[in-house]
Amino acid sequence: MRLPDGRGYFGRFGGRFVPETLMAALIELEEGYQACKSDPEFRKELDYYLKYYCGRPTPLYLAGRLTKRLGGAKVYLKREDLNHTGAHKINNTLGQALLARRMGKSRVIAETGAGQHGVATATVATMFGLECAIYMGEEDMRRQELNVFRMRLLGARVIPVTAGSKTLKDATSEALRDWVSNVKSTHYILGSVVGPHPYPAMVRDFQAVIGRETKEQILESEGKLPDYLVACVGGGSNAIGFFHPFLEDEGVRLIGVEAAGKGLSSGSHAASLTGGSPGVLHGNLSYLLQDAAGQVKVAHSISAGLDYPGVGPEHAYLKDTGRATYVAVADAEALNAFVLLTECEGIIPALESAHAAAYLEQLLPGTSAAESVVVCLSGRGDKDVEVASKALEEVGI
Amino acid sequence: MNRIDQRFAQLRASGRKGLIGYLTAGDPDLEVTGALVLEMARCGVDMVELGVPFSDPVADGPVIQAASARALKKGVTLEDVLALAGTLRARTGIPLLMMTYYNPIFAYGIPKFVKTALKSGIDGVVVPDLPLEESEELCQAMETAGIHFIYFLSPTSSAERIVETVKRARGFIYCVSVTGVTGAREAISELGRKLLNRVGGFTQLPLALGFGISSPEQLIALGDDGDAVIIGSAIVKLVEAGGTTEEIINRVGKFLNDFKFIESFRS
Repeated sequence: MRLPDGRGYFGRFGGRFVPETLMAALIELEEGYQACKSDPEFRKELDYYLKYYCGRPTPLYLAGRLTKRLGGAKVYLKREDLNHTGAHKINNTLGQALLARRMGKSRVIAETGAGQHGVATATVATMFGLECAIYMGEEDMRRQELNVFRMRLLGARVIPVTAGSKTLKDATSEALRDWVSNVKSTHYILGSVVGPHPYPAMVRDFQAVIGRETKEQILESEGKLPDYLVACVGGGSNAIGFFHPFLEDEGVRLIGVEAAGKGLSSGSHAASLTGGSPGVLHGNLSYLLQDAAGQVKVAHSISAGLDYPGVGPEHAYLKDTGRATYVAVADAEALNAFVLLTECEGIIPALESAHAAAYLEQLLPGTSAAESVVVCLSGRGDKDVEVASKALEEVGI
Repeated sequence: MNRIDQRFAQLRASGRKGLIGYLTAGDPDLEVTGALVLEMARCGVDMVELGVPFSDPVADGPVIQAASARALKKGVTLEDVLALAGTLRARTGIPLLMMTYYNPIFAYGIPKFVKTALKSGIDGVVVPDLPLEESEELCQAMETAGIHFIYFLSPTSSAERIVETVKRARGFIYCVSVTGVTGAREAISELGRKLLNRVGGFTQLPLALGFGISSPEQLIALGDDGDAVIIGSAIVKLVEAGGTTEEIINRVGKFLNDFKFIESFRS
């Protein structure tokens, strides 16, 4: 059965927990998206921009030195970091901007944590001539000044969010409030597979290009499907896009890596699936970091892109059905992988993607050279060098 | 008979418009909230809506967001607000509505929530992030206990949604006067009046207009449209101004008396 169902549910997860004012917009969006999905012209237009503007297909690169260093299965990297704007985010913003244009919306808004989704949204808004406002937590704006500058240079209005924890969670709430208020003119380009239906399904579909390309590329280089796919999970858009075309290939083990921050037992982490419980936030029912009274907790991760207390409902479903496995790695392990990948391969990964790479240290010892693992390198690390240099200094590396 | 239905029956008989006052429970603390509810009842407010603070109140503007954050700092939970309602119920017959986002109820558990709400004398529950499509389980459980689940309709609601909503709705319908979040606005929006007229064409249920209502002038401008108004942020703002319990109570009481003064001319 194809999920989600008609009500936007993946098993018991998903749905549409939003104020009545937004229901009309979500229904309009769902209809607009369905129309585009079955329209070959839309697909053609999107493919055109993915190829000539983003630079797709992104390479599947055999990380030879890393493989040698770690021992065991061959390690491939799916190079989403080579996309225009430096991460997988643009796969989704391109799709949604094209959709917004078709739906006659003149303005787009988005939330952003690290600023990658904000930059990817501002980029496509500029290219398609759409007015653009980006909500960003004040705390994140301070941590990611360079991306704030980029977005402004691209003509977006960056609106600081001062409520709550002043991070991604609050930026998302504020973007939802903007959408409630300007729903006629505005499309909300949500950046991950979270939010109310149809976002988790739509963003997944736009990101599934990652998995489709990977499948084709690995069959070409290995002649068989990979044994493992490993991707980082914050909201979970790169992971779900990467996993999705492999869901029915049962021999392919799917592993999502969450941010354990300072450690799962510290309480200071962003691991909703491995350290949270089911709850409702930002329009969907999924795993959530929350206290006993149902108040949402503030997440922590060295990686701003994983710093979110919720996770996409389809991941919650894949966890419960056992089709995917979810693990968590700490800030320090991600930092090590950040250095390792740079030293071995000359590729500086985003701290988010470094979480996925970090899990290789645990995974590879149990594998054989006849096997292969593909890591989704969701973004490049240029944005993180300042945070990383400070953190590395602290631990004396 | 549910106290909400009783009150609207009385209002209709007297030709008056009802006044529903909102408070974020626990701001500045639960004791003051309790005292304010009793003051509102004394001033002739028709129903009180007790807001449960939530970490991510997406339907609320800056004033209620801030109040919610203050109450959360005090550690106020859904259970605390239910307990407050219980103590108030022993002292007043005013209809009590509880406003909460869905996650605190989800975490508490629906059966336990319904049982406790019933015991606490809650008459209606308002859940801004639980639209028609997601509300069935909670709505049925509440109605079985004789507590109304209050539905929202907004200027963006289609005719189909209005029809489906009025079929399920009990007590009254919460009509959102603007496409936006809670918070005081200068004038009654045309959208709000239009919505009242549209919804009125489909149901005999009382209609309460909320979001943006903050002045007696707006009440006058509303004329015969709608059966009640809900005042939230404007009251919360007066609570936010602080001072002693007595000062807060006097400030809120004076503000509400102006509304009651207007309404007294109708009867």
